[in-house]
Amino acid sequence: MNAEKNTGAVSAKDAWYPPSRRDWFILRQLVSKDFKLKYRRSTLGVVWSVLNPLLMMLVMAAVFGSFMRYNDPSLGNYAVYLILGNTAFQLMSDATNQGMCSIIWASSLLKKVKINRYVFPVQKVLFAGVNYGFSLIAIALVMIVERVPLTWTSVLMPFALLTLVVFCIGLSLLLSALSVFFRDVIHLWGVVLTAWTYATPLFYPFKILPHWMQVAEKFNPMYIYITYIRDVILYHTVPSVGMHVACLGFALVALGIGYAVFHKNEHKFILYI
Amino acid sequence: MAKPILTRPSIPPEDAETVIDVDDVSMIFNIASEQFNSLKEYFIALARHELKFKEFRALNHINFKVKRGEAFGLVGTNGSGKSTMLKIIAGVLEASEGTCTVRGTIAPLIELGAGFDMELTAKENIYLNGALLGYRKEFIDEHFQDIVDFAELQNFMDMPLKNYSSGMVARIAFAIATITEPDILIVDETLSVGDFLFQQKCERRIKELVDADDVTVLLVSHNIDQVERLCDRVCWIEKGQERMVGPTDEVCAAYKSLGN
Repeated sequence: MNAEKNTGAVSAKDAWYPPSRRDWFILRQLVSKDFKLKYRRSTLGVVWSVLNPLLMMLVMAAVFGSFMRYNDPSLGNYAVYLILGNTAFQLMSDATNQGMCSIIWASSLLKKVKINRYVFPVQKVLFAGVNYGFSLIAIALVMIVERVPLTWTSVLMPFALLTLVVFCIGLSLLLSALSVFFRDVIHLWGVVLTAWTYATPLFYPFKILPHWMQVAEKFNPMYIYITYIRDVILYHTVPSVGMHVACLGFALVALGIGYAVFHKNEHKFILYI
Repeated sequence: MAKPILTRPSIPPEDAETVIDVDDVSMIFNIASEQFNSLKEYFIALARHELKFKEFRALNHINFKVKRGEAFGLVGTNGSGKSTMLKIIAGVLEASEGTCTVRGTIAPLIELGAGFDMELTAKENIYLNGALLGYRKEFIDEHFQDIVDFAELQNFMDMPLKNYSSGMVARIAFAIATITEPDILIVDETLSVGDFLFQQKCERRIKELVDADDVTVLLVSHNIDQVERLCDRVCWIEKGQERMVGPTDEVCAAYKSLGN
């Protein structure tokens, strides 16, 4: 091997990132791995990331718009209302479903290589984030077809997305740690997500909820994030200061709890996976 | 058999700094008398105060220091705790008691190819595995051709790893792991990968690293001949107990008398 003879800028002695900077490159490699594997051997490939939310929106519009008559004029454009809610909720459910199992899936790696364990839940959340990025194209297509204009309020959208991603990271850290010790959590979370889907006004108007549910929605983080997104994209209004505080608050609380539980237990993972 | 390539490196000076400091390390595994995999079972047992654990000491108060430039061997029969010790040094396991301090970068030639994804191509795997080992991206970019050349797999870089033979996978893994010049090289007996020509190539590469003065080698083996050939000092662990630490010839003589 002629590694020593190579007179490049990076010598074989200095091949490593300092420990603090390793994780970013690892995360990039892992997310790109997920991405390559997801679309390998499918003819349409990445187009599916755009097509999928579009088709889901069409199905829901057909079921809930025409058949169930949730299509309330006060909702504004129902197609855009649907796709904004669905894609954001999909981001959360993908991120947490995958993030929850990430430590168990990475068990062979964790037993062999010294690596910061939090990268695996974060990897899955970032991957869900990348997929959400593609569904933005689908949202744009629906808005063009439905002639819903894009106004300056949409520049606030990244705030909701960023806090939502942080919220998902917190949840995934918590769930991935719990699922290592109790595999039941994996089965339970599927049920929780289904209940959460129906408890969040994704396809029905907020005002059909009974009064106590309307009050309870203030504590539903997904309702807050989705309302924020609809406000800035569909209704062209600036959310109140309270909404901003709520978005940030849920994100930080989830991250705080998730990180604390994860960090307290992570050294025991290897004995259970 | 070809004449052995690996020989003992020069003994480091007395005042060389300590790079691996294993200080009173014990590893205790809790073997739950029952395995709880469901919340219900766990809470029932918790409520009844029935959470019993059997303790199993895989390592019991192990002490040794390895100096920079030294070739140090770990010997012991199967199941004596060698691998556990190695995992603690590599940072994968945390010691239950005591501390293990390691200074410098480690190239663990154990579990080669951990993190390979069989669906990805060899090229993609080189970057993924490199990242997991902590390599800089620029470093991999620059030494990519060296890795490919060493593995002798120029024409297969865009093939998914699942179509590789196990020997080919091992070649790639070895090439990635040894492209760097680590401070500490951990060599496991599982190193016997590939055909005899490639094995000789691996041994030559390890020798290059061993002969570099400031590379510390940690060899783990129950093959006593290999240890005698390569190591300056040896630690003998038996059933989690430290039996002996000292110069190779003394410890190996004692270890060999175990069979008589």
